[in-house]
Amino acid sequence: MAENENQPLDRRGFLKTAAASTAAATAPTTAQSKDDDHDHDHQNVPSDQALRVKALESLLVEKGLVDRPALDALVDTFEHKIGPRNGARVVAKAWSDPAYKQRLLTNANKAIAELGYTGQQGEHMVVVENSPTVHHMVVCTLCSCYPWPTLGLPPVWYKSAGYRSRVVIDPRSVLKEFGVEIPDNVEVRVWDSTAEIRYLVLPERPAGTESMSEEALAAIVTRDSMIGTGKVLPPVQGATP
Amino acid sequence: MNGVHDVGGMQDFGPIRPEANEPVFHAPWEGRVLAMNLAIAAWGKIFADNRRYVRELIPAAEQLAMSYYQKWYAGLIMNIVEASMVTRAEVESGMPERGSPKLTPPLSAARVPAFWSNGSPKNRNVPATARFRVGQRVRARNINPLTHTRLPRYARDKFGIVESARGVFVFPDSNAQGLGEKPQHLYSVCFMARELWGDQGGAKDTVYIDMWDDYLEPA
Repeated sequence: MAENENQPLDRRGFLKTAAASTAAATAPTTAQSKDDDHDHDHQNVPSDQALRVKALESLLVEKGLVDRPALDALVDTFEHKIGPRNGARVVAKAWSDPAYKQRLLTNANKAIAELGYTGQQGEHMVVVENSPTVHHMVVCTLCSCYPWPTLGLPPVWYKSAGYRSRVVIDPRSVLKEFGVEIPDNVEVRVWDSTAEIRYLVLPERPAGTESMSEEALAAIVTRDSMIGTGKVLPPVQGATP
Repeated sequence: MNGVHDVGGMQDFGPIRPEANEPVFHAPWEGRVLAMNLAIAAWGKIFADNRRYVRELIPAAEQLAMSYYQKWYAGLIMNIVEASMVTRAEVESGMPERGSPKLTPPLSAARVPAFWSNGSPKNRNVPATARFRVGQRVRARNINPLTHTRLPRYARDKFGIVESARGVFVFPDSNAQGLGEKPQHLYSVCFMARELWGDQGGAKDTVYIDMWDDYLEPA
């Protein structure tokens, strides 16, 4: 019994040692890369990080653990097959087809699969609908959970401590920073993705878009509106800077 | 663990800085790191819970200083060393140890589309007793494990209402430690902002948090 109780912490001790040495090997030479003209924190990487990754990849290939063409295919998936255009098509279809919207809100997995946007980090989808009385926002305070098949990989700000820390305690200040004002009588509902459920916001369809085709509607749906940090603007307003 | 990854409700991390026309990756190595994490996951030995756990164990100061994909790089090494897929000496030398077994076959490009679209579902079709029902008032337990948990600090000891039942899911607190999936019911629990943050919370505002049976007690 005592042995079993100790086991988790023995494992933890092993990992902790590994963590310390891995971090020491990764973190000490934090130099700006040569072509870095931004001040974004993600750009603060050791200049030899790329070489370290290359060395690790070679080792894993040598050991038969990974296959280079498979890595290429995965990178291609991240860069070209997933992204907010997929989510925008889901939203536009929901706006255009009431029966689809009903299916989307009751069984998001199935409804999204109808459009083919299944996959890693989209296994357990829930769609939440904005209305005149509720505004939804999505976050992962513990890491970076995000619905990959419909929105792609998350932007850096979504993964930043600034967004993750503040959106649960002061969502309205976050919204203001994104240029969104929500009246006091509207509930701001923040979804913290602590489990494997992935949330997609169904934004409100803007007025004046009644005659627009599904394709045209998809073109005005923004990534931020599906995270809940933006609203969808009608095309005229959307065109103004 | 009460680590620096658990940032909900912390203050003064600075403004949020959206980047116009942000690329998917800011350098090619970032994509390789993420792809390697997934290709390694295809062996079925390392799960998202394991990946999250090891990143949380990176010493706090380094964790805050490292970029997102640096943490995924460091975490990958920790995961594959712990899973005995490589040794630390191999990582340091960049060379397989003499006579080390070559595992095959790795995830191939041909298998990527199926691997991708199948995903890695975390619900389990096993009998489990639901300890709570929709509409029930509950309290998040005040637990402080040194190991992985998905019960954020800001919710502990707070009262909420079970808003929906999500089904039976793998329990990360045990799975991350290699102690089994311990599948149990998962719920979405509604917390009033004022319950979490006192008068600073918006009067109408709420936070919904996904919580497993073991995180909750009746209230």
